[in-house]
Order: sequence, then C-alpha cells, then structure tokens
Amino acid sequence: MSEVREHLAYSEEHEWAEAVEGQIVRIGITDYAQSLLGDIVFVEFPEPGTSVSAGESMGSIESVKTVSELYSPVTGKVLKVNGLLLDQPELVNGEPYEGGWIVEVEVEGSVEEAFGKLLSAEKYKAIIG
Amino acid sequence: MKPEKALIFEMSKPGRVAYSLPECDVPDIEASSVIPSGLLRGKPAELPEVYEVDVIRHYTELSRRNFGVDNGFYPLGSCTMKYNPKINEDVARFAGFAKIHPYQPEESIQGALELLYTLQNDLAALTGMDQVTLQPAAGAHGEWTGLMLIRAYHESRGDKRMKVIVPDSSHGTNPASATVAGFDTITIKSNERGMVDLEALRAAVGSDTAALMLTNPSTLGLFEEQIVEIAKIVHDAGGLLYYDGANSNAIMGIARPGDMGFDVVHLNLHKTMSTPHGGGGPGAGPVGVKSKLTPFLPKPIVSRREDGTYYWDTDRPQSIGRVKAFYGNFGILVRAYAYIRTYGPEGLRRVSECAVLNANYMMHRLAPYYEVAYPGVCKHEFVLSGKRLKAYGVRTLDVAKRLLDFGYHPPTIYFPLNVEESIMIEPTETESKDTLDAFIETMIQIAKEAETDPQLVLNAPYSTVVKRLDETTAARKPVLYCSCG
Repeated sequence: MSEVREHLAYSEEHEWAEAVEGQIVRIGITDYAQSLLGDIVFVEFPEPGTSVSAGESMGSIESVKTVSELYSPVTGKVLKVNGLLLDQPELVNGEPYEGGWIVEVEVEGSVEEAFGKLLSAEKYKAIIG
Repeated sequence: MKPEKALIFEMSKPGRVAYSLPECDVPDIEASSVIPSGLLRGKPAELPEVYEVDVIRHYTELSRRNFGVDNGFYPLGSCTMKYNPKINEDVARFAGFAKIHPYQPEESIQGALELLYTLQNDLAALTGMDQVTLQPAAGAHGEWTGLMLIRAYHESRGDKRMKVIVPDSSHGTNPASATVAGFDTITIKSNERGMVDLEALRAAVGSDTAALMLTNPSTLGLFEEQIVEIAKIVHDAGGLLYYDGANSNAIMGIARPGDMGFDVVHLNLHKTMSTPHGGGGPGAGPVGVKSKLTPFLPKPIVSRREDGTYYWDTDRPQSIGRVKAFYGNFGILVRAYAYIRTYGPEGLRRVSECAVLNANYMMHRLAPYYEVAYPGVCKHEFVLSGKRLKAYGVRTLDVAKRLLDFGYHPPTIYFPLNVEESIMIEPTETESKDTLDAFIETMIQIAKEAETDPQLVLNAPYSTVVKRLDETTAARKPVLYCSCG
C-alpha cells in the first residue's frame, strides 16, 4: 500500500506539494507514482528561474520502463532543484517525500490559494484506490 | 552457443592482418602536412588486429543471436512486425530497379518513374488523399514533413497557429515531431473508454490550433468512433487533422482517413506494406495530403505528361523543399509497390480483416488470464494489463522476460502509458492459427506459473545467451567505454 502523507497537497498527476515557508513550495512525486514508474534512472529538471504553470510539464522522469512528464502542481517560478538526484535518482524511489524531493517553486499568489486547487490527502487516497 | 563472447578488441594480437594490400605505388604524404594538427589523433586508433576468418566468425556468430520475423513470432504492438514476403526482395533486385542511378536522364528510367507515380496514386487512393510524396524516410520523418506542410499552409494564409494537440495515448513521436517542427504541444486526456474526450478537445482548440494529431485506430487498438465529430471541432476552429498511419494495417480497403476528415496522412511502408522493419530497414514514411496542401509538398514529385511519359516535377514554387536526398528510399518503395500489386485491392482489404480477426481471437482467449484494458471489439491490436499478477509479486516485465524462454519476441510493454502494467499485442495477419494458439498457450502457462511458482518467472530468462540484465544499474551508471588490453 502506497504511503500518502496527511500534511501535503496532491495533484491528479501524482505530484505532492509541501508549504516550506512564505510562498515557497517543495514539489516531488508520490510514493504511488514512484511505485508505478519502477526504478528511476534520470530526472530532467527545469532550470532555476524558469516560470512554471499549474498542470503543465516542467521536466521529465525516466525509469527503466518509461519516460514520464513531470507536471507542476502550482504556478510560479523555480527557485532551486534537488541536484543530489543527478547522481542518486534512486532517492525518488527510496524516499519520495524527503530526500527525493525534486524542485522548490515560489508560487504566484498565496500558497493557500494554490493548494486550494489541489487535492487533500484524503481525496488523493480515493483516486489511487 | 557459447555464453561468453569475447569482444573483437579482446581477440586482437599485434601484427595480425585480415588482408594485405599491395605495396603503395604513389609517394607517401605525411598526414600532418595536409591535415590541421587539431584534427589529427595524438596516438594511433586501437583497431583490432585479427585474421579475416576470425572477423567473419565473430560477426556471423553475433548475427545468429539476432531475432527477427524470419526467426519467430514478433507480436510487438503498434509496430506491425509482419512477415516480409520474399517476392518483394526478388522484385527490388531486378536490374532495372537495383542498378540505376538517381542522376540518370529521365528518359532512361521511365519504368522506375512509372512505379513511383503509380505508388503515389495507389497510396492516395488507399488513404483518400489527393497527392502523395514518397520522400520521407521513416514514420517520424513523415510526421515532421506533414507538420511542416501544415505550418506552410497556415503561414500562406497569414494565419499564425503554433499549437498542436495530441491525445495522451499518442505515439511519443507525435509531440516530438511537433516540437521539432516548431510547434508547442497540448496533451488532452482520453475518456474512460480510451477515446478522445470531446469536452477536453473543445476546451483545447482555438484560434492558435494548427492541428490535431490522431492515430486511428488508436494505440489502444480502438477505432475512434467520434472521428467525424472530432474533425468538425478541429476544422471549425480553423485547425487541420493529421493522421498518424502507424495503425493503418487495421483499415485498408475498409475506411479511409480522407473520408474521416483528415487533411494530412503518413503511412509507414515498413509496417503496413511489409517492407523490412526494426533494424532491417531502412523505412519509408510517405505523406498524403488533401488538395489545399498539395502546393507545399516536398519537391520533386513524379508527374505524368500528356504523352504518357514521366518526369521529376520540380516547378513547385510553394514547396517546403526537399526533405530527403534524391527520392526517398527507392528500394523500399519498390518492395511496397510489389506488395500492393501482389495483393490487389481485395487482397489488401483481406489483410486488414485477418489482422483484426487474429487480434480479437487472441484477446478473447487471453482475457481470463490478463485483464483486457478496454473490453469490446478491438482492431488489429489490443492492450492487456498484467496488474492481476502483481499480487504474486510478478510484473509485466517479468512476463516479457519469461516469453524469451519460449522463443518469442515479447510484445510491447509499459506502453501505452495510460494503462497500468500494459502489454500491447499485435499478431498481424501473417501468422497461422497454430502460431497464435502456441503463443496463447504460453501466455496462459506463464500466468499460471506466476500464481504457483512466481520465482520461476521472476528469474527468467533461462535459455538466452545472457540472463536477466541489471537494467537499472546499466541506466544509472552506464559504462560506455571499453578499456581493453
């Protein structure tokens, strides 16, 4: 059974978002997503400074089986990326909610507003069954 | 077969040669006197030094490890790995085709030009298009060519449209080709039946829509029943419809993209028309268009004069230009022509009917063991899900590996992306019922093994030259340099 953490917001595309501080949001993919993808071998990041839009692609995640788009759950600007994943993409499999985080984005508007358009842990659980 | 095979570099012994050249009868020139130093090697290339017979044995042994349609069943979904009839090869080797040169005068290659002209017309008739170019060398090359035609069409009308819409079940080449042609792509979700979601399409089209790219039947093996409505939505917004012909093997002589409302079509001759495929190519991806797009076709095309002679028609001022040297992969076009002439119109229809019948037969028999992703009647291919086996710790990848032990090339796995643990099977029309039954029995046996002895499946394959490869480490920490000797 895949882990879903209570305090995070989720997208239907299986990304999670966590409020860090102010308008900064940390983004990764869910435990369920990594289990579907299988062994992840490469993460293609957006460049820091890139503008991203909710629901649009901002990179890709390559596993042994497939290449999957990485969608941004929020609209804003990329502040930093998790460079550790370049050498250790397996962190996304091993600890998707911690060491396997992917980018931090400064959201446009308030975090509450951005998260209001996303799914709660409960709703996300219902989607993945 | 020996399990370990030395690299040819490891067989090298100093001083061994395969062939001795006669003594040089012109003066030696020092390379550094004619080539800039930056372009010269600092040390000699470490080319293997081996006898001729060892070179022959080395590569012959490697070639025997290849797998192709002439070795066995190859049910690779969405790739139409059908048997390549040998009569195609005979015809392509006729001296009048094999020994001509593209710079020969037109009057000396009238037969070859007539073949190209006839093939252009045959493919136009088969797809319901007005004109065809045979230049593109592959399916994705055809996609790119078609998109450049769409771009030229909109630009000629002073209409800047830079968005191409693709469904989430589309081939990965569709968004890639659109991007290379300079468009932005928008992906729309399929509905629960695997079809285009009309509401999502209506929401996505607008004054910036250049085209919708669609494969019909789709990659799920389903015929897009709402195609007329889809065409209307896209056309009403001022966009064009692009037909990805990867799955044309299901509809020959039965339905035509031109009649469905498509404006541009590509066909993969190396799929539908039985020319070599999958490393044995080269390919060919002819593109057909409706008359409003013909002025933009790559030049030349082959035309016919009133006196019955044929010529390279280069007087096409609005053409997007040449997309391939000379006129595409001519030898492949000859094979496709031979195939079409061998079958004739009724025969091609029968090809598609049998391809669809074979797929439905297999889907029906496998349904109790692997979940059918979209139940109902399929076209030439179908998608199963291996998710039932996950309870035993067995995944689709393991089923595919186990199939190798029985001498089959596994089907397409983990594509399309919108089906969990997907297995996409396309038997094609060229297989006997015996072959289909043997494959079905094997798939059933593997499903049973997964339940009763999952370890047997998880450790497969056993009979291949190398056993289960560590694909993860190979992708994460690739070693791309051989430091031999």
